[in-house]
Amino acid sequence: MRPVLMKGHERPLTFLKYNRDGDLLFSCAKDHTPTVWYASNGDRLGTYRGHNGALWSCDVSCHSTRLITGSADQTAKLWDVQTGRELFTFRFVAPARSVDFAIGDHLAVITTDSFMGKTPTAQVKRIAEDLQDQTEESALVISGITGRINRAVWGPGNRTIITAGEDATIRIWDSETGKLLKESDKEAGHQKAISSLSKSLDWSHFLTGSLDKSAKLWDARTLTLIKTYVTELPVNAVDMSPTLDNVVIGGGQDAMNVTMTDRRAGKFEAKFFHKILQEEIGGVKGHFGPINALAFNPDGKRFSSGGEDGYVRLHHFDPEYFNIKMLQLR
Amino acid sequence: MGFSNIIVVDNLPVVPPEKYEKLENVVRKIYSQIGVIKEGGLWMPTHPETKKTYGYCFIEYNTPQEAELAREKTNGYKLDKSHIFAVNMFDDFEKYMKVPDEWAPAEIKPYTPGENLLKWLTDDKARDQFVIRAGTFTEVYWNDARRAMPELVYQKQYWTDSYIQWSPLGTHLATVHRQGAQVWGGDDKFVRLMRFAHPQVKLIDFSPGEKYLITYSSQEPSNPRDTHRVVLNIFDVRTGKVMRDFKGSADDFTTGGNMGVSGVSWPIFRWGGGRDDKYFARLGKNVISVYETDTFSLIDKKSLKVENVVDFSWSPTDPIISLFVPELGGGNQPARVSLVQIPGKEEIRQKNLFSVSDCKMYWQNNGEYLAVQVDRYTKTKKSIYTGFELFRIKERDIPIEVFELENKNDKIIAFAWEPKGHRFAVIHGDGPKPDISFYTMKAVNNNVSRVSKLTTLKGKQANALFWSPAGRFIVLAGLKGFNGQLEFFNVDDLETMATGEHFMATDIMWDPTGRFLATAVTSVHEMENGFQIWSFNGKLIYKISKDHFYQFQWRPRPPSLLTPEKEEDISKNLKRYSKKYEQEDLDVSNQVGELERKRRTQLQEEWQGWVAKWKQLHEEERAYRMELRGGEESDKEEEAEYKEIEAEELVDVTEEIVAFDLDQE
Repeated sequence: MRPVLMKGHERPLTFLKYNRDGDLLFSCAKDHTPTVWYASNGDRLGTYRGHNGALWSCDVSCHSTRLITGSADQTAKLWDVQTGRELFTFRFVAPARSVDFAIGDHLAVITTDSFMGKTPTAQVKRIAEDLQDQTEESALVISGITGRINRAVWGPGNRTIITAGEDATIRIWDSETGKLLKESDKEAGHQKAISSLSKSLDWSHFLTGSLDKSAKLWDARTLTLIKTYVTELPVNAVDMSPTLDNVVIGGGQDAMNVTMTDRRAGKFEAKFFHKILQEEIGGVKGHFGPINALAFNPDGKRFSSGGEDGYVRLHHFDPEYFNIKMLQLR
Repeated sequence: MGFSNIIVVDNLPVVPPEKYEKLENVVRKIYSQIGVIKEGGLWMPTHPETKKTYGYCFIEYNTPQEAELAREKTNGYKLDKSHIFAVNMFDDFEKYMKVPDEWAPAEIKPYTPGENLLKWLTDDKARDQFVIRAGTFTEVYWNDARRAMPELVYQKQYWTDSYIQWSPLGTHLATVHRQGAQVWGGDDKFVRLMRFAHPQVKLIDFSPGEKYLITYSSQEPSNPRDTHRVVLNIFDVRTGKVMRDFKGSADDFTTGGNMGVSGVSWPIFRWGGGRDDKYFARLGKNVISVYETDTFSLIDKKSLKVENVVDFSWSPTDPIISLFVPELGGGNQPARVSLVQIPGKEEIRQKNLFSVSDCKMYWQNNGEYLAVQVDRYTKTKKSIYTGFELFRIKERDIPIEVFELENKNDKIIAFAWEPKGHRFAVIHGDGPKPDISFYTMKAVNNNVSRVSKLTTLKGKQANALFWSPAGRFIVLAGLKGFNGQLEFFNVDDLETMATGEHFMATDIMWDPTGRFLATAVTSVHEMENGFQIWSFNGKLIYKISKDHFYQFQWRPRPPSLLTPEKEEDISKNLKRYSKKYEQEDLDVSNQVGELERKRRTQLQEEWQGWVAKWKQLHEEERAYRMELRGGEESDKEEEAEYKEIEAEELVDVTEEIVAFDLDQE
């Protein structure tokens, strides 16, 4: 599969998101400008201008009308997807990080980092149908977490909010009351910061990636640890295939922490694992630096990766990919 | 609090009070050179009536190390013909006073059967073991290639304080600690067999036959201007007894003769004469000191004098030393290589060499050949060209053949003899991709054996040679800048069997049988630590990641008990022997297949359980979700519906008048 290389960002990629129909791909990077691309051929549609800081994540409503972005400039913004117009700004007292629309797109959960004495929070905002009614008011604020919250997402039926972050613990909160319902087991869970989290389509389970060089699969209602996938590099991004029993894991050591001078050129891999058997089935090389973002296209036939090198790579799977039979032995 | 910093100096002259001060000054002068005498630490008692000295004195230093040093340096010191110092530690007097007058016979301890130290050789799957050190753990594994995995034999955390080493025949595993070294062995667990006390030990070395263990420590001097203090102990491995020790300053033990190289190169003592452990020798200034283990003293009580010797090397199998003396006096005295027979110290062969800039000696592992690589200056002294002197040790009169590469200006990057064979490989060349040439010593020309080239491989990404210990196969490796390129080459057929790569590999080691190759990335690199196991023909069998990976060492094997005739018989009839093992291998792999299938089916079933549960919950919550979406029925997260729509597009309309032929019906 020859990938399409999309160079639109000046700085490292931080997040990738397909819309539900799978025809648009949204990318976030440290360069202040979220971008939208045609998912089929990688042509750039446009950029959303307005942020003054690095973009950490984004989410798109189910009809692809609204985009929400979280940025280090201490705001989260709502945009009109088609026109690129900035619709609304939620202001915070600390950098905003993770954003996620709830089912129905009437609520969004946004996390903020710790900053100047303020501790990290996860905040629920109401998203109004009509812009006139939109306010900055928080419907719920969850605080009391000491480590930075890297991802906060809605659980099944919007009943819960799931957070994961620097302190390597996953927590499930009641989305009405903000009460802490469950915490992941310290022994069995991740041993280092959780960098990424990806939900299954039916919200029943989710995959987390951690700097402890592993990814783990959890039941979203009971927080039972179901699977663990072990790699050789710290994990920055994970995603699950919507159609097959595969997961993809990407990572690599942060450029700042690297002391080696002889790096392989173009050899950072997105690794594919069999979801059930937990075994590596293959990898896709190509990035010149650590991989920071991964996303499967909802049609399951393509995926995209975003790297520290500023590139987004769009890959089509070869026919062999769909025929991998794990029950067959060598 | 003992008196360990006090010494007693005896055999001093007995002097009257007039001479007292003079004697004291002499003694003080001698002893303050060695260390700092404590305030009021020199006491020479006198007889209360005669007022004469008794003939001994006490000297107190600040540290026991200084006292010990003073004792060593001055014991036997000749003040004059009739006064030779007898110096002892104050504490020793007490020790000797305690010896009982009656001799009591030693207690006989009941016999406890020892461990079976050779059990690992009886593995029915004929596997080899290896030890690895990663993080704080030391672990011993079987290399189970059939199941493509390592099988743990034994592991222990903090088993060693610094590093570990197998004994040369694989019987023991030695660990190094602050208080000394220990050896371990046994059937399945590793029990401690013996301890060897040597505080601050840094390095150890076994004799080839495993009879002896040499330990080395180097102490920081108390006076920074002094050199380090070196202590070497030679232990009998089985009994733990110290057979001999060597003490001195680091200067006494640095090699390099008159080249003034500072720093100790380990091992300091090199063992010779094969596995009988009969001789050990070290390089000194203008001498080679050769000791025999019968007496643990110098052969004939004196070292072998070789003016300006800079390097020597034992034959791996016979008691022969090869040594090299460089050129002197700007060419007046040529360089030379000599072969000396031990214990007689006769020179059995020698050759003068001219215009030599450097020299390296390579012995073939059966002691059959010695290659001396000689780098020479050209007449203009601007460049260097290399030649080899090839000694055929086992032939009568030890013929020497001079050999040069086709392009003698090529720099020699690596040279290696084939183990147990008659061939050698050389990596040579100046560019980024050097050439590799193979030669045989056994080409015959006019009834005389001659060296002859077999082939040259051009432009290879290799800078190191790793012959299989059984010969015949070699791995051409590109370490460091070449980032772990591996080429598995068959030297009999002169063709490449396979190529591979272990990115950033730092170490490459064959197992003792030559069946498998281990490549490792150690903690020299921050990432990608771990090791990989390959078959001899280049197939990757398995790989293991281990953070903070420090050491990988195959367990050596003792030499085969089969006679050469029996080995040849097995080689000839290999098909017959291997049938039996092939069937066994097939059985095992079928078994593995079966187990694996079971495991996978089980995982699939478990997963189906989850999926069913989730589906059920999802259904139950469907109504709720619809409500959230404002009554929208779209739950189509799992299936995207693609509808094919036929679109009709009017392309063109033309009118054409067609003539009808009414007659033709």
